[in-house]
Amino acid sequence: MSTYADPYASSRETTEGTVFSVTGGDWDSLVTEIGQAKEERVVVNMGPQHPSTHGVLRLVLELEGETVTEVRCGIGYLHTGIEKNIEFRNWTQATTFVTRMDYLAPLFNEAAYCLGVEKLLGITNDVPEKANVIRVMMMEFNRISSHMVALGTGALELGALSPMIFCFREREKVLDIFEFISGLRMNMAYIRPGGVAQDLPAGTVDKVLATVKDLRHSFKDNEKLLVGNSIWMKRTEGIGYLDLAGATTLGVTGPVIRATGLPLDLRKIQPYSGYENYKFDVVTADTCDVYGRFLIRINELEQSLRIIEQCAEKLKSLEGAPVMVADKKIAWPAQLSIGADGMGNSLNHIREIMGTSMESLIHHFKLVTEGFRVPAGQVYSAIESPRGELGAHVVSDGGTRPYRVHFREPSFNNLQATSAMCEGSMVADIIGAVASIDPVMGGVDR
Amino acid sequence: MSEDKQGMFGAAGTGDTSGYGGLVLSAASTGSTERPYGGYFDQVTDDLERAYPDFADAIERVVVDRGELTLHIKRERLVEVSLILRDKLKFEMNMGVSGVHYPEDTNRELHAVYHLLSITNNQRIRLEVSVADIDPHIPSLVEVWAGSNWNERETFDMFGIIFDGHPGLTRILMPDDWQGHPQRKDYALGGIDVEYKGAVIPPPSDRRTYK
Repeated sequence: MSTYADPYASSRETTEGTVFSVTGGDWDSLVTEIGQAKEERVVVNMGPQHPSTHGVLRLVLELEGETVTEVRCGIGYLHTGIEKNIEFRNWTQATTFVTRMDYLAPLFNEAAYCLGVEKLLGITNDVPEKANVIRVMMMEFNRISSHMVALGTGALELGALSPMIFCFREREKVLDIFEFISGLRMNMAYIRPGGVAQDLPAGTVDKVLATVKDLRHSFKDNEKLLVGNSIWMKRTEGIGYLDLAGATTLGVTGPVIRATGLPLDLRKIQPYSGYENYKFDVVTADTCDVYGRFLIRINELEQSLRIIEQCAEKLKSLEGAPVMVADKKIAWPAQLSIGADGMGNSLNHIREIMGTSMESLIHHFKLVTEGFRVPAGQVYSAIESPRGELGAHVVSDGGTRPYRVHFREPSFNNLQATSAMCEGSMVADIIGAVASIDPVMGGVDR
Repeated sequence: MSEDKQGMFGAAGTGDTSGYGGLVLSAASTGSTERPYGGYFDQVTDDLERAYPDFADAIERVVVDRGELTLHIKRERLVEVSLILRDKLKFEMNMGVSGVHYPEDTNRELHAVYHLLSITNNQRIRLEVSVADIDPHIPSLVEVWAGSNWNERETFDMFGIIFDGHPGLTRILMPDDWQGHPQRKDYALGGIDVEYKGAVIPPPSDRRTYK
């Protein structure tokens, strides 16, 4: 034991053994002290504020030298009670809550929830075609922006700085599209039960096609930097191994299971929102490791661009088509519009309800304050989010508010695989393995 | 869910009489669905009956609603049926467990709902187990699908359902020393009054609500 109190590495005795609190600075005294201990076994807390834990994930590592013998995840630091909160809001208001769960894939959260509500209402086939095309286009853009964060932060955590700069540059272009269409860059609550919140602004198709062209060109920068890069491959090949049997029993989906060679993609096998009408390939790899998952994300970008191009083609002939169900008892009474000062109520609508039609005002008031009723029952709607199967178990008691909504979050289930992937590996490989799962703690904890 | 509800507004005992007292909401049906179920549901239930002779005793109800199949299972039979579903009917994945609390469903207040996926046959079914609030025990499925581990911990955390045989049933989202189970209907949402320009707005759970 050291004879003086080290301000950076103090220690105290507990029933579990000596606990060191390391806050940076001088590591020498810590190493000397650990060297004096009889046991080789060291337990280290990584996180919950470690920069490479994707938010507030806590990993409890048991080490023998540099080898990890046990990994346990501690989660719950970002639990916000969204599932409880939406039981006290009406069916439409809930979209503004669920969009904040997995904050890198807000449109997917909204889509899973809204598809569930529509299934309960029995209006799945009444959602207008244009709304479906817009949903698909927005989701694919969102898949790109989410993969950009996964690739950029993943590379950064393994010490590659340039890919992060490129990825965030590309992500910014996608967020510009989101802002142009929905008025918001994140957490848009754009997909609503029955359709989408507002029609596309003029010039969307051209802007989308220009962005696709731009993205396709600039994605090459990342590919050149990382694909086949020997340093990158040394850090990712054979790391974080998880085979098909492990993935199925652990309920792992998304790029992680596709990296085992299984083409499990709900867009293909259980299409929703009209995905059966688009041409695209399911990307797989057969390496079961971090490199395979990385390649899948890289190659999925091109597939998303292909789908977006097909959406743009469809949108050309859907000018002026409705984007909300025709049923006035469900459809939100007014489309929002984007003015010079941002998104807000359409002035034409305000003029109508305040100036000319009292019936419209009553209708608006009833639907906005009270909401619509959803027939009692339960459904499970699942979609393919960037991280895997995102499912919404939506239960209604026949009232104006959700009785219970539970989200089957892909991050939550996939994160369970951390132990299987990391035990027996080196400490440094945990970073790569966790990054390849791409957990978003907002989704894990909800 | 089991009772019809009357009236429009949720708050009781206030002077508010502006709702439509005559409005009746009909409750969800509680019976079994009659055959044929449609789609692959007939084939799945037939296969299960063939592979599991005690089907009639173990399965309380078969419900097909909105194109989805739900098997209500007695909790004592859950593990047996799950093993058959996994090995014989190829439901390789358990996509999750979600709890639902129905305080009015006497002696069956707590429901655990399992969403199964068969990759081989591209099918989905749902299992539902209901237990009484005073005896909230359900056998754990961690031995059948290892991925149920965290899902069951979450359902325990949020509803207080105890999964017997779980290797480490501890809280997962809430702090270890938390009191109560937040997703239950008798657990208040919480919140405080907010004053805005002299008017006091109560927290969401205390506002006037519509049924």
